[in-house]
Amino acid sequence: MATQHTEQAPGRFGRFGGRYVAATLLNALEELEAAFNEAKADPAFMEEYHATLRDYVGRPSPLTFAERLSERVGARVYLKREDLNHTGAHKINNTIGQGLLARRMGKQRIIAETGAGQHGVATATVAARLGLPCKVFMGVEDVRRQKLNVYRMRLLGAEVVPVEGLQGTLKDACDAAMRYWMGEYEDSLYIFGSVAGPHPYPTMVRDFQRVIGDEAREQIVAAEGRLPDALVACVGGGSNAMGLFYPFVGDACVRLIGVEAAGAGIDTGLHSASICAGSYGVLDGTASLILQDEDGQVLPAHSVAAGLDYPGVGPEHAFLHEEGRATYTSVTDDQALAAFRTLSELEGIIPALESAHAVAQVLAMADELSADDVVIVNISGRGDKDCEEVERLTKG
Amino acid sequence: MNRIHEAFAAAPDPGALIIYLTAGDPSFDGTVEAALAAERGGTDLIELGIAYIAPTADGPTIQAACKRALDAGSTTAGVLDAARRIRERSQIPLVVMTCINPLIAYGLERFAHDAKAAGIDGVLMSDLPPSEAAEWCEIAARHDLGTVFLVAPGNTDRQLRDAIAMTTGFVYIISRPGTTGAREDIYEGLRDLVEHVKSLASVPAAVGFGLSTGEQVAEVLEVADGAVVGSAVVSVIAEAGDDLAACVEAKVRELRGS
Repeated sequence: MATQHTEQAPGRFGRFGGRYVAATLLNALEELEAAFNEAKADPAFMEEYHATLRDYVGRPSPLTFAERLSERVGARVYLKREDLNHTGAHKINNTIGQGLLARRMGKQRIIAETGAGQHGVATATVAARLGLPCKVFMGVEDVRRQKLNVYRMRLLGAEVVPVEGLQGTLKDACDAAMRYWMGEYEDSLYIFGSVAGPHPYPTMVRDFQRVIGDEAREQIVAAEGRLPDALVACVGGGSNAMGLFYPFVGDACVRLIGVEAAGAGIDTGLHSASICAGSYGVLDGTASLILQDEDGQVLPAHSVAAGLDYPGVGPEHAFLHEEGRATYTSVTDDQALAAFRTLSELEGIIPALESAHAVAQVLAMADELSADDVVIVNISGRGDKDCEEVERLTKG
Repeated sequence: MNRIHEAFAAAPDPGALIIYLTAGDPSFDGTVEAALAAERGGTDLIELGIAYIAPTADGPTIQAACKRALDAGSTTAGVLDAARRIRERSQIPLVVMTCINPLIAYGLERFAHDAKAAGIDGVLMSDLPPSEAAEWCEIAARHDLGTVFLVAPGNTDRQLRDAIAMTTGFVYIISRPGTTGAREDIYEGLRDLVEHVKSLASVPAAVGFGLSTGEQVAEVLEVADGAVVGSAVVSVIAEAGDDLAACVEAKVRELRGS
């Protein structure tokens, strides 16, 4: 059983995970954990969740055979098309789940953080559908580079709160949202967007995202008559990767490859590669691998992809890495920008800059792949939101 | 650790005043002077904050103080050295307050050893709830350091009992939902919470978060054994300039109502 393999006790992934928060939030998190466990065991809740994914989000998302990309890398490459979901990314799988949970818990208001804006948009969407007011915290730098998503959130009726913080990116948005929730937990649910944060978020977000992997498994068996040789997904906090990987964790024959953002290059210090270059620590309520200096002060992260620009990673990824079950690599900004273009030209699919990291990794694996190898790449989101920023960055 | 309980026992009526200082803001020299000035002003215990870059339980005032301290070069080793210098000149109890990550990086065991040697009496990590604290409690006991755990409005009876059971220093009652930072009013459910905690605990119980005036301190001390003031003193330090010691002493006198 995959669950036993990664989660030894609720919220514990080896030495990672846990619930490192001030006493103020203990009850809110215990309540959320209990509500989630109850909902998960309630067939009516899960039926509504899956029906909403089908009728509102448009699931199952296709698994597209990428013919020209396959030719380029010399393997059979499939794309899991989370970019085709309503709102344009995998984030909605989780916000539908947590939104239904908020309603079930009788919460009156919704809080969220966002980096690239995809989780913010997905949360604002769900809040609109449930008729609940929504406040989204977003770093000022991300507000600048993801303008389209800021506009979409406001159009959906959410209040976008720009956060200065240290760098004006995702970590600052997380801190601000958590602090705000500390004063508002009684009638608000904090819809966290990744498989990070204090328990139960890593477990709950994974369980709401595993639909990606469950579908992919069925689809690849239908298409190829067997399990894939490798899964490739980008990792910031790691929700799209965890969602794809999780149903395959027990299948030793399937390589799990997580791709972190190397930014300007790991040796420049300007990157977001918490697994490849981080160390043990506690960040945003969970023990994991994080970017920090020798005094335990969190270091600034960097990535051209706002959704990967985070100095930590989900604890279950840290565990899969230490167990050797998954492999984590990294891809630079330049490689991701090139892959953004390559996938657009070869397949007519403009990926999110985050997902372009996974595409770049497959391109980099061309030498080691053989013609019979079956690889699934998670296209976690579409790139419309990035077009303006990519144009600015590549104009010279 | 005994210094903590002695200080609560010896505190003048109506109870103990605890002052929080972000160590290294504006400098470690300043922190040593501020601590001694706070003692002259009538403080019974000092909380010495190790600046953390992302203090999630703190409001804007202490976030800014942490940033100033880190910009001025504050390190965990520097805070221990400041504690040692205070201890050379005073017997006031010193409790370190921080988030867990700086202490993980320093090494929990090594920190406990060095803190004890520096004359520190207790440690409070704001993001370390009882469920994560078994290892730390064992280390702290071995080094005779007091543990301080937080409880908050809305905590269940079991959460309160867990925190109290692991506390050897004093129980820190968060006065209200939300982060640290000065507030004008006292949370209405506070009195009941304090009385409930006191009925469960054999160690002293202090209230903090949001207290900034002598009236609030007096009101809290009607029920609690101690009152913690942080942001209000940190704000004074931020604006004090060369008059640091005098300003801190005056603020503490005002809080003490003397």
